[in-house]
Amino acid sequence: MDEAVQLPFAPTDATRRSRRREAIARVFLGAMTAMLVVPLLAILGLLVAEGLPALTWEFLLTSPAAGMTAGGIFPAIVGTLWLVGVSLAVAAPIGVMAAIYLNEYATDNWGTRIINLAIVNLAGVPSIVHALFGVGAFVLFLGLGTSILAASLTLAVMTLPVIIASTKEALAAVPLSFRQACWVLGASRWQTIRHVVLPNSIQGILTGVILQVSRAAGETAPIMFTGAAFYLPFLPQSVQDQCMALSMHLFTLSTQVPGVPEAMPYATALVLLALVMTVNLTSILVRSYLRARRKW
Amino acid sequence: MPELTEHAPIAARPGRSLAALAAERVLELLVRICGYSATFFVFSIFLFVLLSGSDFILNRLNPGEFLLSTEWVPTSVTNKRYGTLALTLGTLSVTSLAMLIAVPFGLGAAVYVSEFTTGRTKEILKVIIELLAAIPSVVWGFIGLVIMNPLIIDWFGAPIGLNVLNGGVLLGLMSVPIIVSIGEDALKAVPDSYREASLAMGATRWQTVVHVLFPAARSGLLAAVLLGVGRAIGETIAVLMATGHSVQIPHSVLDSVRTLTATIASELGETARGSDHYQALFAIGVLLFTLTFIVNLSADLIVRGARGQR
Repeated sequence: MDEAVQLPFAPTDATRRSRRREAIARVFLGAMTAMLVVPLLAILGLLVAEGLPALTWEFLLTSPAAGMTAGGIFPAIVGTLWLVGVSLAVAAPIGVMAAIYLNEYATDNWGTRIINLAIVNLAGVPSIVHALFGVGAFVLFLGLGTSILAASLTLAVMTLPVIIASTKEALAAVPLSFRQACWVLGASRWQTIRHVVLPNSIQGILTGVILQVSRAAGETAPIMFTGAAFYLPFLPQSVQDQCMALSMHLFTLSTQVPGVPEAMPYATALVLLALVMTVNLTSILVRSYLRARRKW
Repeated sequence: MPELTEHAPIAARPGRSLAALAAERVLELLVRICGYSATFFVFSIFLFVLLSGSDFILNRLNPGEFLLSTEWVPTSVTNKRYGTLALTLGTLSVTSLAMLIAVPFGLGAAVYVSEFTTGRTKEILKVIIELLAAIPSVVWGFIGLVIMNPLIIDWFGAPIGLNVLNGGVLLGLMSVPIIVSIGEDALKAVPDSYREASLAMGATRWQTVVHVLFPAARSGLLAAVLLGVGRAIGETIAVLMATGHSVQIPHSVLDSVRTLTATIASELGETARGSDHYQALFAIGVLLFTLTFIVNLSADLIVRGARGQR
């Protein structure tokens, strides 16, 4: 027998088996993760391939024409910017202050538990229910009518929980010792927040807020009945006007209008996706840069 | 944060003007009010949706028929019927299929990202998952219309490609990012000492995942799945575009269905304000709110229960 010499640490069959399983699991899980990248790349690739040829300056800078089967998407781009801008202006201050309350003031009692529960649930409310709320509360009850304001407020309520969550994360990253050092000097809680906590977290807060609000640009259901129009021949002049929106326009082009040239919805989708992705990717990169640069 | 209150700073120390103190009080009150805003909005969403349909819900809605009848015929001239069972089953079928895809892929990716990658690879994978989450639902719906639709007709010989399969695959891909990120958080929350103890005993990483991490992170992973379910139930535009429009109980994944969300989205614009039909759509809204509320509440309770135990 050759195997007379048994090395003291030679792997047993059981070890070999579990090592083999480990290798299989690693490859299998890795493949699963990789397959998630496929749809992302496929969608991006397809939209670029089909949409890019139609993407001219004229397409970006003119209004739809001939019953939306020709022309461009300029009013939709402007409308989306209005909606995102107004909802950012409403949601950001409320969300940031809510996060300041939760992270800097709230103690761990049942009131705080209810707030946290509400935030989780607000984040889980279906977008079409937000739309119903927008119609009931802003369009009818507050009498705003279908307008940019009503649609933006609906979007603002929808993005509020994610703004709170990301701001809280940024605030929580400031070490407690920073606050304690400030308190020891006799500063009040608010002075500490104003002069120590916020300056040390403001970049993180802003990145998070922008990241979340950019996602509002892609929402369709909440604005469908509250302020976004299928087609408007003019640009919005104030928040009381209706507007077109890129997401709504893509929905309209691909489901409601017959005879649209094939490249148009692709190009619209490409513009929408490019807008959302650029903002997202930028703020993700800025965030990881900030994390790497953090001094503590 | 209990630590904060233990060393609570004093606001009214000598030498501060009354005006400064008053301004500070006002600001702090404002911060507190904003703190409660989320609670206010959740309540008002429920109230407004309920009130907008209240006349119909209280006076003319037969709850048994509403929940258990499959007849959704709100536009009939002689006999309007408001049964949502077919719509609920539509939502259920699409959501189930979505979870069949999203749960294994989501949890698998969460385990891979959390346990089998480090450093740069981990960061890149997380960014990709975040970007996947950023694709707007109308773009997913568009993909369903122009890509999946012809593919399904080609591969499965279905008469129409806008069906449960199409919507389920899209919703699955849309729910994956949320399952990955919450699941990864749950795995990250397991103390490293658990891993070290297991590896020191000679277990492989995979054995550690199966026998140590899964049991330890069980509730967090379950919560991740529940939040994915909540997301899938509530998704509107993508399913509106990709599942077809027939109100029916699906018998196979190649049947067209209509979900609760898609019904509201496609009919709200065409009904007269205040009509029974209009209010019935708000009643569906109440149903949807309740469904997702229960799902999210369970997820939250499960996570809290787990935290209490540790």
